[in-house]
Amino acid sequence: MRFVRRTWAVVRKDVLIERRTKETVNAVVFFSVLLLFVFEFTLGADRERLAAVLPGLLWLAVLLAALLGLGRTLVVERENDCWEALLLTPGDKGAVYVGKLAGNGLLMALVETIVLLLFTLFLNVDVAGALPGLLLVLALGTVGIAAVGTLFGAMTAHVRARELLFPVLLLPVLVPVLLAIVRSTEALLAGGSLGTVDHWLKLLVAADVIYVVAGLLTFDVLLEG
Amino acid sequence: MVAATGPDPVIRVVGVRKVFGVAPVLDGVTLDVHSGETVGLLGPNGTGKTTLLKILATVIRPTRGAARVAGHDCAREPEHVRREVGLLAHESHLYEDLTAMENLVFWQRFAGERVRNDSLRAVLEEVELDHCADLRVRTFSAGMKRRLSLARLCLGRPRVLLLDEPFSSLDQRARKWLEQYLQDFAARGGAILMATHAFGAELDVADRLVILVSGRLIVDAPRGTMTADEIHRFYTLHTEEAS
Repeated sequence: MRFVRRTWAVVRKDVLIERRTKETVNAVVFFSVLLLFVFEFTLGADRERLAAVLPGLLWLAVLLAALLGLGRTLVVERENDCWEALLLTPGDKGAVYVGKLAGNGLLMALVETIVLLLFTLFLNVDVAGALPGLLLVLALGTVGIAAVGTLFGAMTAHVRARELLFPVLLLPVLVPVLLAIVRSTEALLAGGSLGTVDHWLKLLVAADVIYVVAGLLTFDVLLEG
Repeated sequence: MVAATGPDPVIRVVGVRKVFGVAPVLDGVTLDVHSGETVGLLGPNGTGKTTLLKILATVIRPTRGAARVAGHDCAREPEHVRREVGLLAHESHLYEDLTAMENLVFWQRFAGERVRNDSLRAVLEEVELDHCADLRVRTFSAGMKRRLSLARLCLGRPRVLLLDEPFSSLDQRARKWLEQYLQDFAARGGAILMATHAFGAELDVADRLVILVSGRLIVDAPRGTMTADEIHRFYTLHTEEAS
């Protein structure tokens, strides 16, 4: 119960601060829109070519936008050295990880909603038929990306070149997740059912579990420095 | 000069050495602080005062020696020590975009405790910030932030206060308030270790003074045995010797 209370405290605090400052949300949403304009200009009106690269583009947009937000996960804790106060408050530090993970998940969900909406509007893509399956893939992909992103965000929070180091560390570890989400999205948008992508979904679930557990087990050590 | 000490100190530091890189910041520091006692830790900048406080607060570990708070080893049992200690650091440990009340609510929830608004209001009243409970910390003066940081510490009901330059940025009224607050805290049986490099009236709250120069503790004496001039002379003499 204490763990849940602590986790909720972190989520509530981060959402409240973000609602007031809008620093991350504004940057991430603006960046997503810009990316879509770039895709639109570079791909033109060739529907066949667009259909072939759409799953990759969708996740590329989500991932690049998420990178901006995930890298800032613990930056808010650096102001006035709140990081130190989190460390010095007795109790399981895993709650900070789960709280930050939930906050990042919410941010990514917002980005995904916007990107999906803009894809359907700008690129004239119909995702309605594949939506239930797509939502499941988006949810599993979000957990995987946010789990690793939160962990590496904490790891690089005190590093001077964190903006460079963060994606360099994050992207190789995310390869299984990226592979699974792009392949699943590709199959679902081509009209396939969830049954046709169950092996990718299993990989996603396994990766999510491994990443979240690894995050929970190592976050304490990371926070202690 | 070494002050007489009684049994079972709340803070016990024995032969603590801390090395960053190759340079020792603390070198064989030994110090006891008892329940109800306020110890002023004097020393020039960069002499290891903050490092000693951070070792006791379990932020950093000593390279050698032992530091114990309320019988718990700071390096081996940090979670036990954290339940006993409140650290007032240079930084405020406050979220600038939350209000004073929201900061206290967060830190109480994060400590795993139930939030009772009336008790938080009472804490704010105690630090004379009840009238700005709903203002964002970003709009606070440095002195107000200092008082709110202290209010945050009090939520955890610590037995030991580790204070790093607690009187800095405070106006005369806030200084008086803090002096009284610390005297009350010690009178209730709390132990206080207060780092400072100033020789002002803030030293009046201390029962004992210790002077740290180049990582070594060179003076440990009851406050009453030394006049302000003597403290200053000692301090200057040893600082010059060390440099």
